[in-house]
Amino acid sequence: MDGSEADGVGVVKGEPALGGFSKDKLVEFLRHMLLYRRFEEKAEEAYAIAKIGGFCHLHIGQEAAASGCILPLRQDDYVIGSYREHTQALAKGVPPGEVMAELYGKASGTSGGVGGSMHIFREDLGFMGGNGIVGAQIPLALGLAWAIHYRGGDQVCVCFFGDAAVNQGAFHESMNMAAIWNLPVIYVVENNSYGMGTKFSRVSDTPMATKSASHGVPATVVDGQDVMATYAHFEALVEDVRQGAGPQFVDVQCYRFKGHSMSDPVSGTYRSKEEVQDRTENADPIKVLRDRLFEAEMLTTDELEALDQEVRGVVDDAVDFAEAAPEPEVDTLYRQVYSEINAHGRLFFDGRGK
Amino acid sequence: MAEVTYREALNQALAEEMTRDESVFLLGEEVAEYDGAYKVSKGLLERFGDKRVVDTPISELGFAGLGVGAAMAGLRPVVEFMTYNFSFLALDQVINSAAKMLSMSGGQIGIPMVFRGPTGAALQLGAQHSQACETWYLHAPGVKVVMPSTPADAKGLLKAAIRDNDPVAFMEGELLYNVKGEVPDDDDFIIPLGVADLKREGGDVSIITHGSMVHVALQAAKQLEKKGIEADVLDLRSLRPLDVDAILATVAKTNRAIYLEEGWPYVGVGAQIVSIIMEEAFDDLDAPVLRVTQADVPMPYNKKLEAWARPGVARVVEACNKVLYV
Repeated sequence: MDGSEADGVGVVKGEPALGGFSKDKLVEFLRHMLLYRRFEEKAEEAYAIAKIGGFCHLHIGQEAAASGCILPLRQDDYVIGSYREHTQALAKGVPPGEVMAELYGKASGTSGGVGGSMHIFREDLGFMGGNGIVGAQIPLALGLAWAIHYRGGDQVCVCFFGDAAVNQGAFHESMNMAAIWNLPVIYVVENNSYGMGTKFSRVSDTPMATKSASHGVPATVVDGQDVMATYAHFEALVEDVRQGAGPQFVDVQCYRFKGHSMSDPVSGTYRSKEEVQDRTENADPIKVLRDRLFEAEMLTTDELEALDQEVRGVVDDAVDFAEAAPEPEVDTLYRQVYSEINAHGRLFFDGRGK
Repeated sequence: MAEVTYREALNQALAEEMTRDESVFLLGEEVAEYDGAYKVSKGLLERFGDKRVVDTPISELGFAGLGVGAAMAGLRPVVEFMTYNFSFLALDQVINSAAKMLSMSGGQIGIPMVFRGPTGAALQLGAQHSQACETWYLHAPGVKVVMPSTPADAKGLLKAAIRDNDPVAFMEGELLYNVKGEVPDDDDFIIPLGVADLKREGGDVSIITHGSMVHVALQAAKQLEKKGIEADVLDLRSLRPLDVDAILATVAKTNRAIYLEEGWPYVGVGAQIVSIIMEEAFDDLDAPVLRVTQADVPMPYNKKLEAWARPGVARVVEACNKVLYV
């Protein structure tokens, strides 16, 4: 399916449209993707000067997947992902300042600075992390979808993971159970061809889109560098799942323009500079959409520049917010290991806490 | 009060809590149509339906994670492991997800769930089915660990664990399911987590223990009694939270203590308890605190070797005599 098959998102008769999307909708996609790009570029800068520590996995190049898969969702739908989740949080509506403050390890971050880059959460917005173990979010998504099913709700759960995660047992166990109970979960593999530095074809003898087949979970493939195609695909799929279509597996084909994490060079020893250059030049989701809009005369360079300035302002504000935010206090640590401190007995044994 | 088995007491706790709270459900291998591998969930499928009593595939990692995810969404899953030996397949979801979720999310997402099932050796089940698994769960902050030794404790503690807002590893004794005892009928009979129980009052020596070893300790105390030695038998019941006050009180009374546990000695529960006693009650001690544990080897199948490897009554009596210098 591509964008041209969409029903016409936000299209008003007589107004310019492209692939079934109104200009406003397309500009919204562009704004989102630019925001994610500029946000991650700022994170990269901040990491380089040690404002951000630990591991930091950027999503640059994969912005169409975050916007295309998440923007069709409602606030009460669940999104859960891996450690490459900053932009997914933004797409689900988490304020950029709170995400940046979490990367900075500050008290105003989404987890008060305790979580870090790999553990962004906003439960009230349905953003359920931020999980650092490859594939561990897949059974968690099964449970979130179970809860929807148990309560008879019509929400869906969208679960993101990378291509390496499909070789985990957790993936296959979860696919099987999702199918048995017909749970409202969409499993999204952001297939950027590399699990860290290992090409997918080296660790799998079968194509990605076959991975859910033995469990009876329908699989579809979408060009994840094309936000219009991705959005249209997910808009339809989310509606199907809401209506009871059961679990889905989507191979969202994308490409990571940066290294696996900040400690990893852009191309490294596992892929050629030429390959990265080719994809960056020819498959940048932002350029792809921009050029289409230019071609359809729905966007001018001035409008693009204004849009970019606007999101740069948002990101600068996020950085200012993170910079100004206070450091977390030590005494918060013991208050959020257990939610219930029992009236009796000792819970901590370090001699420092309660 | 009625006399029921440990198994029935657990069944009552599950049924009562499922009646009380719609968000409680039971998930695991063979829990529904088969009535549970140890029949703990007998009759629950018929009573509560297949949405709340759910048979899973043999996928410990997957269904444990399902439980954690459902708890993230505010349900109260009770995940049964057919035995805790099989839970090692699921430990990623226990240690990396359940134990850390509240902390990683900055206090946003608690995990109100119970993992339960039998732990420890039964009879001649061999190396992979005979392990005391509590230390794996105790090591990680974020999980509570509860181990009942009697039917009444089983009921009161399971009800408390289900109502608790944190992940609780509830570990039953594989050989205790047929043990009978008086159990209150009260629907709100709760034993708070973190309260130890002095199962026998002595005064000469303290046998501190937990889980099924309480029964070994009581037998040892009977033998000691014949020699005129009166032992305190302190059943910790809950290992995290831990009733440190009760430990210190019995040590202050007897000045001599041993720790009895079913697991291996290295970094075992006893190692922690001895450390606490040494740090906080050093001046009360008239002898070093000794430990009685399983032999530091995988459990053998052969009946005689198994009996030798287990921490039996004779070893407990011997350890008590040592700390009493008799």
